[in-house]
Amino acid sequence: MSWYAMDTWIVVVAVLAAVACALPGNFLVLRRMSMMGDAISHAVLPGLAIAFLVTGARSSLTMFIAAAIVGVLTAVFTQWISKFGNVDRGASMGIVFTTLFALGLILIVQAADHVDLDPGCVLYGAIELTPLDVVWRPEWFGQSLEVPRAALVLGAVTLLNLLFVVIFFKELRIASFDPELATTIGINANLMHYLLMTLVAITTVAAFEAVGSIIVIAMLITPAATAHLLTDRLIVMVVISALIAMLSAILGHVSALIVPGWFGFAGTSTSGMMAVMSGLIFAAVLLFAPRYGILKFGALRRKRCKSAA
Amino acid sequence: MELSEIIDILLLRDHTTRRVVICTILLGCAGGLMGGFLLLRKRSLLGDTLSHATLPGVGIAFMVSVSLGMEGKSLPVLLLGAAISGVLGCWLVLFIRNHSRIKDDAAMGIVLSVFFGAGVAVLALVQRMPEASAAGLKSFIYGKTASMVKSDFQLLMAVTGGVLLLSFMLFKEFRLLCFDEDFAAAQGWPVRWLDGLLLALVTLVTVAGLQAVGLILIIAFLMTPAAAARFWSDHLDRMLILSAGIGAFSGWLGASISALFPKMPAGAVIVLVAAVCFLCSMLFGQRRGVLVRLYQQACLQGDIGRQHLLRALYEIIEADAGHIAEIMPRPVLFRQVRGRRTWSDARLKRYVRRAYQDGLIQQPGGETITLTDAGLAEAAKVTRNHRLWEMYLIEYADVAASRVDRDADAVEHILGERMVATLEAKLLQVHAAGGPSVPASPHPIRTGD
Repeated sequence: MSWYAMDTWIVVVAVLAAVACALPGNFLVLRRMSMMGDAISHAVLPGLAIAFLVTGARSSLTMFIAAAIVGVLTAVFTQWISKFGNVDRGASMGIVFTTLFALGLILIVQAADHVDLDPGCVLYGAIELTPLDVVWRPEWFGQSLEVPRAALVLGAVTLLNLLFVVIFFKELRIASFDPELATTIGINANLMHYLLMTLVAITTVAAFEAVGSIIVIAMLITPAATAHLLTDRLIVMVVISALIAMLSAILGHVSALIVPGWFGFAGTSTSGMMAVMSGLIFAAVLLFAPRYGILKFGALRRKRCKSAA
Repeated sequence: MELSEIIDILLLRDHTTRRVVICTILLGCAGGLMGGFLLLRKRSLLGDTLSHATLPGVGIAFMVSVSLGMEGKSLPVLLLGAAISGVLGCWLVLFIRNHSRIKDDAAMGIVLSVFFGAGVAVLALVQRMPEASAAGLKSFIYGKTASMVKSDFQLLMAVTGGVLLLSFMLFKEFRLLCFDEDFAAAQGWPVRWLDGLLLALVTLVTVAGLQAVGLILIIAFLMTPAAAARFWSDHLDRMLILSAGIGAFSGWLGASISALFPKMPAGAVIVLVAAVCFLCSMLFGQRRGVLVRLYQQACLQGDIGRQHLLRALYEIIEADAGHIAEIMPRPVLFRQVRGRRTWSDARLKRYVRRAYQDGLIQQPGGETITLTDAGLAEAAKVTRNHRLWEMYLIEYADVAASRVDRDADAVEHILGERMVATLEAKLLQVHAAGGPSVPASPHPIRTGD
């Protein structure tokens, strides 16, 4: 395996994207809305297409804003349909995101002549290309660093998510575990819901450029669910999920370089392997977690201690 | 474009588009039917997981068949791989859900994204394989009817036709499974096998749709028609048939539009047509549509308002009359009635107008309201119901007399005839005296002004 400066930047971008997703993901998992991440990340397509059609250029900022708005709208429409139409939540979510996705696809095909937009990029991103887009060259210990745009954007989003989780920790905790209690003690659970959805939308849009929207779902849900198997304390869960996200990002890139070599290939998609690695970590924890794992080692040991005593 | 050309395409007379349209009709029909079963079993999102989980199967099947020296892009092999990995994904979701504290939404999210990630990684490898061109594999994600050849159509038609036939044959069993799983098990049906078979049929529809509409849009085939049909009927058979019908209609219209206009991908247009069907059903649906429910709510509101008006009038007359025999229709001041409830002028006038139309009140005009004889009888009945409830609540539910008025208000309007008779019989036993037809109020009545 050969490691270049570029690989370091890929890992940095991957870690930032993974941590940015894992932080709000904890609350999605606890509120049983994991599939909302899936819905939002598919539904941003028409937002991107409209931004392209209106501005006629791949301007990052308009794209970002339009996609984030459509992401929040997905949450709003889902809520409306399940409330006014009395439709099962999962079904209303599926209807909203597939419809928006279809709309986005048609818009992109219509615009294919004058803008170059590959829907494939939205789905699985192009993390391997992010280090090429350098926007900032600070001096650091006498060496010139070449910071790519994706690292800056994802760093900012990670910081934003971290601030959100720290500032609203109490509110998020109560709203996640007991929305009714939250309402009675004066926390607007509905507002927290939409704040969280906005954050998920922003994170999704920021991360899809780097890792692709499908991998966003992996990083939103898998580290948080893994951490949920390891602890009962929310704050510990958030920290563990961030660590697992980091680990799967690093392992993802390393394995994308190494594993295909065993079969005689040159390398594969980093974002795909990140998802696979997080899945493997989840599988290991699912089996061996001390208390909530399937094999229940912890419970066995406790039982043995008890019977010995 | 000529009109005759449009009609030719819509009526399936056009040879170049006929195959595509027939396929999408069959696909929509099968998707709608299977989606109906999924929706009723509250498993709509399982279709989402299933379709995403097919991707690694496609890639691995391609690699395996190439390494065995076969032509990589043989559709049956790819679809077989897709079906295997899709079923494996669904099984993992159920396994994680049943054996750990992870809830099914998170389990679906994990399986969906990890499988899709694996699929992306495998496809990236396949594209770097020197031996074979893998150009067509990406069409499984977005769908491309144009990339289909005659044998693909035949396969698709055979699969969807088979699914439709099998689900018609097992209709009764599936219906029982959706309606009451435990009852089916108690009756001795092999519920687990039926459940597995249903999942297998859903998988077949999904993989059959992969090439035509792509793995993301096929989710809509499984969800939207079923959810739309749910607004029209509470009857299981009718809802399923309607769901299949909406699916077929969307397939027919969507594919035709896509054939008529340039640069309209068929899958996406079909999904949009289905979404419009859903929106219309949600608004105008006969059983659970938004408008129907609003109308029913307004009717109930009107009924409750009329009953409150009648009782207010009765109680004002009752308070002035010394004895129950002296209660006669007489003019009551408008503001006196309004003061008894928190009604606006406009609202009270609306209720008065409606009561006049029903012949309960004499011609309204000026400052007073006068009951008719029929109105007085109805008012006595309404008041009696209210008082009966109050007595019942005091007697059996230990509600304090000072607040029983409001509690009774909330329930009295939905009192059935039989319930009234039962209450009367019970209360007459307690108050053995028999007494007047309208019992006295158990609490002091608020005056209007």
